[in-house]
Amino acid sequence: MKSVILQTATRLIFPLLLVFSIFMFFRGHNEPGGGFIGGLVGAAAFVLFAIAFGTKVTRELLRIDPRIMVGWGLLFALLSGFISMWAGDAFFTGQWVFPVLFGNELHIGTPLIFDIGVYLVVVGFTLAVIFALEEETN
Amino acid sequence: MNHIVLYPLLIPILTASIALIAFNNRRLQRWIGVIGSALLLVASSVLLYVVSTDGIQVVQPGNWEAPFGISMVADLFSALMVLVTGLKAFVVSVYALGDMDDERESFGYHPLYQILIFGVIGAFLTGDLFNLYVWFEVMLITSFVLLALGNKKSQLDGAVKYVVINLFSSLIFLSGVGIMYGITGTLNFAAMAEALQGTENTGLVVTASMMFLIAFGIKSAVFPLFFWLPASYHTPPITVTAIFGALLTKVGVYSLVRMFSLIFTQDIGYTHTILLWIAVPTMVVGVLGAASQYDTRKILSFHIVSQIGYMIMGLAFFTKIALAGVIYYILHNILAKTNLFLVAGIANKEVGSYHLSRLGGLYKTNPLLSSLFAISAISLAGLPPLTGFWAKYTVIYAGLEVQEWVVIGFALAVGLMTLFSMTKIWMGAYWSPLPDASRLASDPDFKPVSGNQKAALYIPVAIIALVIVVLGIFGEPFFAILFEAAEQLLDPSIYINAVLNP
Amino acid sequence: MEPLLAIVIGVLVALSVYLLLRKNLVRVVIGVVILSNAVNLLIFTLGRLDRGIPPLIAAGEYVPTEAIANPLPQALVLTAIVIGFGLFAYALVLTYRAYTEMGTINVDDMRVAEPAYKGEELPETAVTEGEEK
Repeated sequence: MKSVILQTATRLIFPLLLVFSIFMFFRGHNEPGGGFIGGLVGAAAFVLFAIAFGTKVTRELLRIDPRIMVGWGLLFALLSGFISMWAGDAFFTGQWVFPVLFGNELHIGTPLIFDIGVYLVVVGFTLAVIFALEEETN
Repeated sequence: MNHIVLYPLLIPILTASIALIAFNNRRLQRWIGVIGSALLLVASSVLLYVVSTDGIQVVQPGNWEAPFGISMVADLFSALMVLVTGLKAFVVSVYALGDMDDERESFGYHPLYQILIFGVIGAFLTGDLFNLYVWFEVMLITSFVLLALGNKKSQLDGAVKYVVINLFSSLIFLSGVGIMYGITGTLNFAAMAEALQGTENTGLVVTASMMFLIAFGIKSAVFPLFFWLPASYHTPPITVTAIFGALLTKVGVYSLVRMFSLIFTQDIGYTHTILLWIAVPTMVVGVLGAASQYDTRKILSFHIVSQIGYMIMGLAFFTKIALAGVIYYILHNILAKTNLFLVAGIANKEVGSYHLSRLGGLYKTNPLLSSLFAISAISLAGLPPLTGFWAKYTVIYAGLEVQEWVVIGFALAVGLMTLFSMTKIWMGAYWSPLPDASRLASDPDFKPVSGNQKAALYIPVAIIALVIVVLGIFGEPFFAILFEAAEQLLDPSIYINAVLNP
Repeated sequence: MEPLLAIVIGVLVALSVYLLLRKNLVRVVIGVVILSNAVNLLIFTLGRLDRGIPPLIAAGEYVPTEAIANPLPQALVLTAIVIGFGLFAYALVLTYRAYTEMGTINVDDMRVAEPAYKGEELPETAVTEGEEK
């Protein structure tokens, strides 16, 4: 679709959506949000870009094939389980570290890695489906 | 923490994710698939060994305790099913090297196949009702895609029927899950069985059990609910048909056995009589349907239905010998049925058809294939000394013990009809001369298999044929495990204690 | 509240059965979706209906101090909605592909995999289906 208004607006909204998706992702630590919603927002950013500039440009922008992204996502999600296994707990038991950074104690654990996996799977899956549908209709 | 239960589950999903990462390299994907399935076979053998020496194995992922978290449980029945799935997954992934076309591979056949196996094994190992629903969905959605992959007209037609009926059955299953949760307040199999012991609310429980009977009945293709199976199973490539025919319906049977031996044992006189009534027409209609077909894949599809009848019949008798027979029957059927599909696929590659009117002359030109077919067919028809004979013998012996003469009569007659079907394929494809041999000679696109492709196609079939022969002739030690598995099924307290009081 | 929800579930199931029995494939798919919503509502109702209190445990406690709403049915329904959504999307795409390939959405006319014939010769497509080239 060639629309100057949409293309100009997309240039502005696209980075905002990506930042918002990362915000949603980290917010999921203790509040509503997380990998799933963050991933959907991130995918929405790329879908908007694809509507404005076409899927070919968007694929180049994304650099990685969305289907491969799903693979990496699954691998990350599994990794979080293997870490608990190596730590001697049951699979998927949360493992936490509490590093102090600039005077703030941070809570970093395997659920974060799992969520990165979810994020990647959601973005990859959504984009794979939408690109396929979009490219078929053209 | 002993994670032996989880390895057969983790290997396929790990393989799938690595295969996805290698999406653009088909050659690499193939070998990742074969290596992953081989590892799965090893892991599942170890699981069976551990379960048979140390008893039921339970893992609580995430360290949530038993009635609250999801349990993964491997008793002997589950472990046996996982082992045969591992074997199947391995041989079919080797066979796919010779059969799968480039187009389907580039649309992600290999990751999908691994996720299908992941779903099947998850369904065998889970100890939680809602989790079972999730595994069914994992299995279903990949099977939907595998069925339609390739986008041929007939595939889409078959997929429409398959998808609609299976979605419907999933929803019935889900409402059953909801009702059981409403009655017992838990979703854990063991806690549910414990809560239902000595319940006064038998009527409601039996009603809920009928929801599961219909849901799993559709999945396992029993009598009035099987029409989707012969309508869709012959449409995808033979590798996919083989894995579907071997595993998907058996997951339904597994779930029926699990539910009607562990949880729904309040009113056996009622529920198991219904099972018996379902079993007989399933056997008869399946075998009659097969008799009317001339496409080898359709004949074999109808035989899946007919064989399911025997398994349900064994479950309905509900004695130790009968349950041992059911487990043996499922294992035998997975082996023999896949092998027949795979042999039909080779015949299609060698002579260029699945239809009996165009097949022929294989006995003369290809004695190796003929003997491989003969072994599987004799086993399926139930002639001694191969696995099919022992499977039928055990189930029917159990029937004689509970004096169900009429049912046994039908079972024996159906066995004879199965032999007739196998003879029909033998006559049509192997003994009769090849009709219009010039058709193949004049077709420039047609080339018989050779070299590496030949090895990839024949070796898996030969491995399974060997397993059938060995299990048939030296079945004695194997039956000891089966009887132990049946005892575990008959006494729910073993399962309940293993999960709730580790 | 329960009787009202029971009636709603009943109406939804009746509606979906009516749609499932139609010949139009699109209606069948919509029937499946309505049925899945009815089932979600059923699970939600069977998890016992409570007013209000969120299932949160106060800081410093290990168990909730007062009766709370049951969070499990909500988790189940959420999972079922996500799965149902995925399956619905697949079913719609499949319907569309089936329509473009076969040119019909009437399920009675979809006889490619099992061609109909009466007494006479089998249609050629039934014999050559899936042949190796």
